[in-house]
Amino acid sequence: MARWTDMVFVLVVVLDFFVLASSRLQAAIRAVAAQGALLALLPLILATGESDVTHVALLAVGALLVKGVAIPWMMAWATREAAIRREVEPIVGFVPSLVLGAAGVALAFAFASELPLPTGGKHMLLVPTSLSTVWTGLLLVVSRRKAVAQVLGFLILENGVFVFGVLLGDFMPVMVEAGVLLDLFAAVFVMGIVMFHINREFSSLDTGKLSALKD
Amino acid sequence: MLLSLLQLAAFLILPPLLLGIVNRVKSVAGGRTGPPLLQPYLDLRRLLAKGAVYSRTTTWVFRAGPVIGLAAVATAGLLMAFGGAPSLLSFTGDFVLFAYLLGLARFFTALAALDTGSSFEGMGAAREVTFASLAEPALFLCLVVLARATGALSLSQMLGEGLAGAWRSDGPALLLAALALFVVALAENSRIPVDDPNTHLELTMIHEVMVLDHSGPDFAFILYGASLKLFLFGALVVRLALGFRFPGPWTAFAAFLAGMAGFAVLVGLVESAMARLRLSRVPQMLVGASVLSVFALVLLLR
Repeated sequence: MARWTDMVFVLVVVLDFFVLASSRLQAAIRAVAAQGALLALLPLILATGESDVTHVALLAVGALLVKGVAIPWMMAWATREAAIRREVEPIVGFVPSLVLGAAGVALAFAFASELPLPTGGKHMLLVPTSLSTVWTGLLLVVSRRKAVAQVLGFLILENGVFVFGVLLGDFMPVMVEAGVLLDLFAAVFVMGIVMFHINREFSSLDTGKLSALKD
Repeated sequence: MLLSLLQLAAFLILPPLLLGIVNRVKSVAGGRTGPPLLQPYLDLRRLLAKGAVYSRTTTWVFRAGPVIGLAAVATAGLLMAFGGAPSLLSFTGDFVLFAYLLGLARFFTALAALDTGSSFEGMGAAREVTFASLAEPALFLCLVVLARATGALSLSQMLGEGLAGAWRSDGPALLLAALALFVVALAENSRIPVDDPNTHLELTMIHEVMVLDHSGPDFAFILYGASLKLFLFGALVVRLALGFRFPGPWTAFAAFLAGMAGFAVLVGLVESAMARLRLSRVPQMLVGASVLSVFALVLLLR
């Protein structure tokens, strides 16, 4: 059982690497969807005897619906509607961003056990996985040129925050988590609209063109 | 001892059959009947019966290339444990010798290609060495992961009894290492996502370019050496993946042979399902394999 839990965390990090290295937008969206679905497993796997059953179930189902289905579907719809080219076009190349990602993951795994966290006793891989996923998301947001790829980076960053939230799952009321999920949903919605407008204005989603605006 | 010798015999005899299986799987997946399974043996016999042609610009390096290449790969086979019995030759740290014997074979193949003085072969040699230099870190990291997980420093112990316990305690890390090793095996043996062994088109060739000027027995040595190398890398992947305990040495050996057939089928399926990657994307894939094995190492060291 412990090995399968390990496997979920390892797969989450491997998906981080995959998104960093993939040049196809559709493949990256699918990877983010798979990551969201994997994250929905976490509250179930890590639930202990004393955790509230409805709370855990709500969290898992909510994460699956929002992260695994709704948002990826919206992203796929946006890429189709805006007729976005399939390539990702990074500012930092794929190989350097993979190496940077690997360095961040190595640091996260090396130093996560040093962090003075008030909640011990949860799974050992939880904190390093969360930190490396946040790092990957950050890297994607700053190093990709296309708005869609940046939104993907934001989603991965939020996935990392969610993993960290599982650590605090016992203290967090359901309403707070529902609020976070709703926030995320709204944020992606707004980003979708913004993306659509950028695309209509410039007939491209290259955010570099936004900084060239002059009055 | 008997089983060790039998394993050596299998290593020397079976590799062309492995290529035959790969080709057959590719044909069946493509809707063709394909060449007979034993076709690589017939090719080798045909080539051995021919005479060799040497260009006047070449020196002894060109003639030494295929012989040294084959000898180095065959020596590397002595260090490898094929399941059931330990390898014939084994000492602490022999995995370094294993990796560099393969490196020596590549070095002389590239040197022989440069010796022909053809710019085309020089280009092929440059590509081969570039990709090999990216595949080598991944190979070493995988071997280090194995050494760390089993606590042994010789190949036959790293792939021996200790592996079953290592799978139980560090399964995810070993799975990542096996995946990375499979990618390295495809790259090192110039199989499809990296290089297409069937084409003779100028722009796509990597390994095939370097051996264009070899003929007759020399070419037979090169083909045989290449199949030995595929067998060696396949053996690494299969031994790592079949890391559980078997009731006896003979069952372990039988399971290993079945695993090798499975490996050949897998390679054939990958080649049928995937297109060759663009040349600029190949380093990305190899760095990805290195990153996976770094991650496996991080999981172990934590």
